Amino acid sequence: MATLKQLSKVPERLAGGHRLCAGCGHGISTRMILNAAEDDNVVVGCATGCLEVATTIYPYTAWNCSFIHNAFENAGATLSGVEAAYRSLKKQGKLKDDFKFVAFGGDGGTYDIGLQSLSGAMERGHNMVYVCLDNGAYMNTGIQRSSATPMGADTTTSPAGKVVPGKQQPRKDLTAIMAAHNIPYAAQASISNWQDVHKKAKKAFDVEGPAFINMLSPCPRGWRYNTPDIVELCKIAVETRFWPIYEVEDGKWILNHKPKKYVPIEEFLKPQGRFRHLFTPGNEHMIKRIQKEIDDRWLALLERCGEPQELPPR
Amino acid sequence: MNNRVALTGNEAVAQAMKQINPDVVAAYPITPQTEIVQFFSNFVNNGQVDTEFVAVESEHSAMSAAVGAASAGARTMTATSSQGLALMFEVVYIASAMRLPIVFPVANRALSGPINIHCDHSDAMGLTNSGVIQLFSENAQEAYDNMIQAVRIAEHPDVLLPVMVNLDGFITSHALDILEVLDDETVKNFVGIYNPEEFLLDVKNPISMGNLDMYDFYFEHRRQQVAAMEAAKKVIEDVGKEFEKVSGRPYGLIETYKLDDADMAVVLLNSAAGSAKGVVDELRAKGMKVGVLKPRAFRPFPFEEISTALKGVKAVAVLDRAETFSTLGGPMFADVRAALYDLKNDIKVINYVYGLGGRDLRLEDVEQVFNELDEIVKSGKTDKVVNYLGLRE
Repeated sequence: MATLKQLSKVPERLAGGHRLCAGCGHGISTRMILNAAEDDNVVVGCATGCLEVATTIYPYTAWNCSFIHNAFENAGATLSGVEAAYRSLKKQGKLKDDFKFVAFGGDGGTYDIGLQSLSGAMERGHNMVYVCLDNGAYMNTGIQRSSATPMGADTTTSPAGKVVPGKQQPRKDLTAIMAAHNIPYAAQASISNWQDVHKKAKKAFDVEGPAFINMLSPCPRGWRYNTPDIVELCKIAVETRFWPIYEVEDGKWILNHKPKKYVPIEEFLKPQGRFRHLFTPGNEHMIKRIQKEIDDRWLALLERCGEPQELPPR
Repeated sequence: MNNRVALTGNEAVAQAMKQINPDVVAAYPITPQTEIVQFFSNFVNNGQVDTEFVAVESEHSAMSAAVGAASAGARTMTATSSQGLALMFEVVYIASAMRLPIVFPVANRALSGPINIHCDHSDAMGLTNSGVIQLFSENAQEAYDNMIQAVRIAEHPDVLLPVMVNLDGFITSHALDILEVLDDETVKNFVGIYNPEEFLLDVKNPISMGNLDMYDFYFEHRRQQVAAMEAAKKVIEDVGKEFEKVSGRPYGLIETYKLDDADMAVVLLNSAAGSAKGVVDELRAKGMKVGVLKPRAFRPFPFEEISTALKGVKAVAVLDRAETFSTLGGPMFADVRAALYDLKNDIKVINYVYGLGGRDLRLEDVEQVFNELDEIVKSGKTDKVVNYLGLRE
């Protein structure tokens, strides 16, 4: 793998001066992913959402490469059209240059409203990468729950009320759904493990056919954490196994990081305002449910990865 | 060399698409458009076209992929009907605003509900405010000819808008018709090579497309779309004249039939115009001065051409194959009436909604309309402005 010094010389596709919030995961994730495209020509597709509205306010653009936004739920289909055009024009000798294609969508545009469009694009086998920037809610419209919102989280449509303490349902397992498309590459990654992100992005760009990466992408407004702590928070997400990092390469599941000790989920919940209500008396059962869900999913993941099914030592 | 062949409307459209040989087609099957997708898939898999065919999972994705492909610099098409067009509604507006010259046939079919697979124009009429050019086709010949001309209209630098080519579901899409097809070389030369000015795959000039446009620019961009629609009127006529040179078939914004000395006229779109022309011949033989006006372009709406063509008549019936639920009749009625308003004369204009959900428009129905107009001319009185034709009440 290239050194950090070498990677720092790759030209930036997403220029500074965009209007993402300070301490937002989207800018960091996007730059890390695009960095792995190295010197290749890239077309970026983008679903409606924070990344799109913060980077392309007409007449400005923060994108040094070609960029297309169409609507909220169709980044998969839109980029598949771009890729089909590329193949057609190349085949006919109308285009000489080589290109890579990557779409970014939030969890709203990917887990929910854009799932069909993404599924279609993956099934058809377009040579493209789709990156979900998962911040666990519809943050751009003001923090409404999505199917990626963690159980227990306080959002504006799953508020921590007197009767219902936040979101009651567990998260949809999108990475597994994408892997079930039998695409050549699917992975889950976190900016806290930058070398892992780089390797995954490189693999995703290099495979022939569709690739999917799910990036944990904290939102300071929705999660209500101390903004400078973003990378630390992502690290805790990995260590508590809230966000396991793994990849599925040609159908083979590989666990990329195994926490050395059992870190309880409270460590991830406590620094975030969206989970504050879970620590008030009477809501202990919610934390238990969340922990059980995480432990169960971890064991299932270990099984898929062919690892011994045991929780980290306490 | 021109060839007379027997083809269904769908076959004729697919044949035009084959000869145009677009770079990308993204489509999803729906009755009654399905055959277009099937025929075209065969052309692709038998190596008769260079096209990349994207077999998308919905019409929403069909138009979304078409937007992506056209933005990338590819000559792009899709095709749909009814619910499919309704599902792509959102993206049709975006395609127009992004100024992408996507050509797409629509085999017109009623919108649900209740679900119905047969012809009416409620699908196309739902997109009249979307910023797409809408051409209508009386028969397979016109559907074929419109497809070829649509490419030139859409890609004209003064226009750069999507073009929807309408043909009546089943009536035109599935009925066998005799038409003349052009040879491949003529079509190839007519449509020419697509050279977009700005596109995603231009390595020297990367571009951001689909940007966020706030109150400081959105209004101006909308106005530019209107300017493109205005410019499209001349382009449609110019391309029509050029097409006549290679085909012998003239095309403009409207077609008139025996209207010059007519006292009474019907205005109607697509296949029904053929029936109306037949009735006009019969009634003319009986001495009635009747005629037909068939708009070929519905967007842009040919206000001037229509008011000029109708200024000598005494009574007009606009026949709409779609409902607006405004309680003031169909969509074309409103536009034709508005076109005639500035003439400040006493033309009586009435409306008939007909043929919803595939209800046949019989020759007797058209005759009934002319008899009603005759009564209005004689009495000088209009009883009912909005009427329903062939309806059990």
